[in-house]
Amino acid sequence: MNKHLNALPGPDDITRRELSNGIVVLVRENHNAQSVVITGALNAGSLFDPPDSVGLASFVASALMRGTKNRDFATIHELLEGNGASLVTSGGMHTIGFSGKSLGEDLPLLIDLLADVLRQPAFPDAQVERLRGEIITSLKIREQDTRYMAARTFRALAYPPDHPYSRQISGTVDTVARITRDQLVDFHREHVGPRGMLVIIVGAVDTDEAIALVEDKLGGWQNPAQPDPPALPELAPTDDVRRQTVIMPGKSQSDIVLGVPGPSRFAEDWQAASLANNILGLFGMFGRIGTEVREKRGLAYYSYSRLNGGLGPSPWQVIAGVDPASIEQAVSTILDEIRRITTELVGEQELADNKANITGRVPLQLETNEGVAGTILAMERYQLGLDYLHRYAGLVNAVTAEDILAAAQRYLSADAYTLAVAGPDLSAAT
Amino acid sequence: MASQGSQVTRHVLDNGLTVLLKDVHTAPVISWWVLYRVGSRNEQTGQTGISHWVEHMMFKGTEQFPAGVLDKLIDREGGVWNAQTSFDYTAYFETMPASRIDLALQAEADRMQNALFDPAEVESERTVIISERQGSENSPTFWLHEETRAAAFRVHPYHHQVIGDMVDLHTMTRDDLYTHYRTYYAPNNAIAVAVGDFDTAEMLARIEELYGSIPPGPEVPPVSRTEPLQQGERTVRVEREGNASYIYVAYRAPEATHQDWFKLSLVDSVLAGASAPGGNAIGNKTSRLYKALVETELATSVGAGMYPSIDPYLFSIMITLRDGRAPEDVQAALDAEIARLVEGSITEAELDKAKKQARALFAYGTESVTGQAFWLAFSENFTSYTWYEDYLEHLEAVTLDDVREAASRYFRRSQRTVGWFIPVAAHEQGGEG
Repeated sequence: MNKHLNALPGPDDITRRELSNGIVVLVRENHNAQSVVITGALNAGSLFDPPDSVGLASFVASALMRGTKNRDFATIHELLEGNGASLVTSGGMHTIGFSGKSLGEDLPLLIDLLADVLRQPAFPDAQVERLRGEIITSLKIREQDTRYMAARTFRALAYPPDHPYSRQISGTVDTVARITRDQLVDFHREHVGPRGMLVIIVGAVDTDEAIALVEDKLGGWQNPAQPDPPALPELAPTDDVRRQTVIMPGKSQSDIVLGVPGPSRFAEDWQAASLANNILGLFGMFGRIGTEVREKRGLAYYSYSRLNGGLGPSPWQVIAGVDPASIEQAVSTILDEIRRITTELVGEQELADNKANITGRVPLQLETNEGVAGTILAMERYQLGLDYLHRYAGLVNAVTAEDILAAAQRYLSADAYTLAVAGPDLSAAT
Repeated sequence: MASQGSQVTRHVLDNGLTVLLKDVHTAPVISWWVLYRVGSRNEQTGQTGISHWVEHMMFKGTEQFPAGVLDKLIDREGGVWNAQTSFDYTAYFETMPASRIDLALQAEADRMQNALFDPAEVESERTVIISERQGSENSPTFWLHEETRAAAFRVHPYHHQVIGDMVDLHTMTRDDLYTHYRTYYAPNNAIAVAVGDFDTAEMLARIEELYGSIPPGPEVPPVSRTEPLQQGERTVRVEREGNASYIYVAYRAPEATHQDWFKLSLVDSVLAGASAPGGNAIGNKTSRLYKALVETELATSVGAGMYPSIDPYLFSIMITLRDGRAPEDVQAALDAEIARLVEGSITEAELDKAKKQARALFAYGTESVTGQAFWLAFSENFTSYTWYEDYLEHLEAVTLDDVREAASRYFRRSQRTVGWFIPVAAHEQGGEG
């Protein structure tokens, strides 16, 4: 019978290599695919943005692909697109991330280009201005998007102004308009470097060759200026109700974001919180919230909860798109469910179902190279160990109903939360 | 090199159900699709959006699996399920760990004939669907697409959106929905596809067992409202709140089975970036329209595409204008690029690149059983699964003369509809508040 290469990735088929300059490379072969994917991150996210230049790291990340000292814009993209390949760099809160895909035979091209854009970007004037216009246009479009405006308003309310999480990674129209080319160049020189960089390669490649390629193109990279990631400011738990509405004329639907700063992926009670979230707003047709808001009351097309996790206290949120006339009913239904999960133990059957769900869905998550690469990236980033997937079911099954209640109580409350609403002005309705 | 599993086998049960099976053993998962040959194309005025609403009702329970039960059962087994409604079809799928696929087979057999359409659930879902449309209405481009398509199709049902017109969502009844279900949901109007880690003979036997006894339905009503020849360019302006302008240009394109379809697909790659079934998109920064519109700083993004359809549809071009640019200028630049295309300027190098891109994208698309199963069912609906299987061969057969000739024939001004989205301040907008 066939051996499934998608048997759980683990220490016996993932190779991990640390280069002398601090880059960590992880490779897993999959010869059932013709493609290879490469993904990873560098420690140069918008945490480093100066308060008056929010959006800088993200601007830098996008500008990396606009030309290097060795290749202009057209050359880079002709190499990629002419081979049916892709490579994207993007700014995040903690990191600049990258992801690429090609046929297996074109991995050398992907790694060569990746090294070039990371190490020797040129930030050509004309390209910087073109990109600036694209970012500003996209920010203006997003300012017309109720989901984006509700999420943005939520962050500004839920986190104190000096906390990076209160801001937008992509900045604002005002800050992006003011960022100079010199700032891009300086940010790259002072923050982008190999220490702590992760490179994950999965697909139709030979492990030793893949590692040798990374060593060849990135192993000699040094940046003595590269700082350690800054510590995040202390964050006091939310102890009141904060509510703000953004009026957006001409919209048909309102978006709601209700939640709190949640646990990071490193939190002791992460697994318990994750199960609580699954129960609250994911399992089945979007959990208890989906059942109450959508299925029973028909108040929304989408309503669910999301636990972001990550390297810091990212939001734990309930998100819903509702008829503007139904906002209060939807909010009170959501709060009822938050009250329930923070006061009542989860029943035995519901707990068993949710555990079966999050352990049982692993094979589907690992079907594609992208899925495997994303999983390996998380295993390395959050120091879970290469045997994490082998231990995973045990970790999940060890969580008790009491653990879930405690985690829910620690973060969520029906009496202390942030609520952001974006949508039309009901009082102006005809 | 990669093993993409065996060839597809095709079977037709006595009740008319078409079954396509492809065993692929790269991962311990199976994707199961049941596609009904009904979509917005089959809808009458007054009942627009009915196919999509029926799709929602298929998740609202049967005697065997009351509402909400399957959501939990499938999630508990680590599977996913969902559905989609389009112009020409309504399709349902489950992708499950291979050992759990029987639940999916049972669920689809059951709801092919036993969906309840409980009146209270119909009313509850009415507001959910209205909310879905309201969410779409929040996007300026939704209005632009809806208005432009309505102008492009005066007669053919492709003129309305799959979600339907708001007025119909308010007035349709439970009986309308149930009649639609009973008319179109039958084995002789369905295509079932499994791709994944199974034994073909065993799978076929189980399908026979579960689906073979479902009685066939009567022949479905034909779609006869052919779009008449377009008599000149049509233009549309949508004026709503917003802070960006968009241009959407739609040329008449042939149905998927037409010999010109693959030629135009390659023109699409040259014009606006690579395309192939199931392939993850790659960038389009070397395409003609990117160079003409984005590099000149008239636009911030441009895309184009065709949709494989039963009846002739559209070759669509969508442009997001850069902040501060006038639509007249962007339209003029687009028109100049189209004129160059029509003059026969596509080169051998551009054609070769488009074919190479398609080969890579097509290979990416075969790495997920869910994607493969969809494309088999989808192409079987408008012609045969071999349309998808032989996709690259069809492309290879296209010559430079073919693409030049097709470009000059299809990209005619008289055969297009041009839509502009013009943002206006709130008080300038008519109608609703």
